[in-house]
Amino acid sequence: MLLHLFALLTAAATAVLIFAGGLVTSTGSGLSVPDWPNSYGWFMFTFPLENWVGGIFYEHSHRLIASTVGFLILVLAFWLWRAEPRRWVRRLGFIALGAVITQGVLGGITVLWYLPDPISIAHASLAEIVFCLTTTIALVTSPGWRNGYVGRRFSAAGAAQAAPYEDRRLQRVALATLATVYLQIVVGATMRHTDAGLAIPDFPWMFGHLVPDHWDPKIAVHFAHRVGALCVTVMLLLTTGHVFAHHRTRLELLRPSILLLVLVTLQITLGAFTVLSHKEYIINSLHVVTGASVLVTTLILTLRAHRARFADVLGPAGLAADTRLTAGPDHSGAAAGARA
Amino acid sequence: MRIGSVALVFTALVAALGAAACGGGEKSAPAPAAPVTNPVDPATAGAVTGKVTFMGTPPPAEPIKMSSDPRCVNPDAKTEAVMVAGDGSLQNVFVYVKDGLGSLKFPVPTTALVLDQKGCQYRPHVFGVQAGQPIEILNSDMTLHNIHAWPQTNQEFNVGQALQGIKDTHVFTTQEIMVPFRCDVHKWMNSFVGVVAHPFFAVTGADGAFELKGLPPGTYTIEAWHEKFGTKTASVTIGAKESKDVPFTFSG
Repeated sequence: MLLHLFALLTAAATAVLIFAGGLVTSTGSGLSVPDWPNSYGWFMFTFPLENWVGGIFYEHSHRLIASTVGFLILVLAFWLWRAEPRRWVRRLGFIALGAVITQGVLGGITVLWYLPDPISIAHASLAEIVFCLTTTIALVTSPGWRNGYVGRRFSAAGAAQAAPYEDRRLQRVALATLATVYLQIVVGATMRHTDAGLAIPDFPWMFGHLVPDHWDPKIAVHFAHRVGALCVTVMLLLTTGHVFAHHRTRLELLRPSILLLVLVTLQITLGAFTVLSHKEYIINSLHVVTGASVLVTTLILTLRAHRARFADVLGPAGLAADTRLTAGPDHSGAAAGARA
Repeated sequence: MRIGSVALVFTALVAALGAAACGGGEKSAPAPAAPVTNPVDPATAGAVTGKVTFMGTPPPAEPIKMSSDPRCVNPDAKTEAVMVAGDGSLQNVFVYVKDGLGSLKFPVPTTALVLDQKGCQYRPHVFGVQAGQPIEILNSDMTLHNIHAWPQTNQEFNVGQALQGIKDTHVFTTQEIMVPFRCDVHKWMNSFVGVVAHPFFAVTGADGAFELKGLPPGTYTIEAWHEKFGTKTASVTIGAKESKDVPFTFSG
């Protein structure tokens, strides 16, 4: 349980890091500290507080939060290595460690090379992967994942009736939604780092039309992000609609579905206000972190939909729970059984 | 064992990326050799003079909010992008000979031109240098600055100056109109340098006047550049020891 709480803390810290990274780009502070890994020649952790001024405040804070997250993931990886019985979860810890190290190096390179677009976009995109990894570790070390989830209408004693089952249609649509959300975030990162955020300056119209009446690369990227938002919304409605229709008693699916609807509404609102406010930096940064939250919430829903596939690697309690796996919902006809 | 292999791969990746990173921040290459004598005969040299004016109602200079750095706060600080005098004289216009000098080569001054950071603003806001001429960047403030030049054809650089009195010298080797400077710590700080291959350039002062002297007889394209209003060009022919007036007018 302590390991799970630590993993949760690490995932939460990663979200804070993404928000801090959003602040760096939103305020145009990425090059305010020109050296790396030092800060104006000082060792990063001894940089005087009185010098945290202007853009340095955002960039240096981002570096310190990144170092903290890196340290948390290092501890998490070794904790998993020592205490986690599932080999794939132990590996996940080291993959997260490798990803966060790579992420740090990308962050350094992008500063030393004056923010080249491909490196900056890779830095932004890998950040989401790191967040996904820490969230996954937090999820798969949770009691619910390990021991089985309890349905809304059932007590713990009645968990047998609420046992998870495989719904292949849900699995497929959730996975497709996850891929769509990630792709949308990569397009968003591209828009952000190629300075195309205001290439289409109005909302909801585009230069007063439904579709832009003229084009250049920046307008195309911006347009792709808006179309991506529409695709993500449709995919999320399909996924959550499926959950509401067929799995409403499964709280582990219902809760992230409700949260997703809230988050995607918030995200579209923030996106609109980012344009209408001419990229006000707090709104812009909240748009970044809310997008990341949509991604990991979709990931949680997807992983939970696929949980039965992991039954063979669960502990004794989880194995007991997964032996209660039942057939899938009537609409799919996809019989699912315990894989254990 | 497999984890060890993964760790080894990541160590190698980090080392490779780190090594690559070290190669990215090079300073400008040394300027090519320049002749030591001026090819223009002073007995025939002429000049182009003029005044740059603004027609219309200029946008007012905005106060600069410096609250993000307590060591910068100056309630009187205003933006310098558009500075128009009462008679319409336009300041901070870079005027230079764009074309007409052919293949003439000119000696490059070895004296550095100083770009000072004072009161969290660049001094001067617009200036010119010859390609190969050193620029000495000075921090006169009690705070930190980064100096980030982002040219299109010359070498980009970004250096930090953490202490008052620090100086750095940089050289732009290729003609480029204009190279912007900015401080990413203090967003309001920006400056522009015109890098030209000859000594025939000037920046207008408060009276909007400029003078390009020492020009050999010939026909020239003169360009005036302003950071908000763009460029204007004019053609002029000067004879031996002749001085011609070339006025420029911008409008908003």
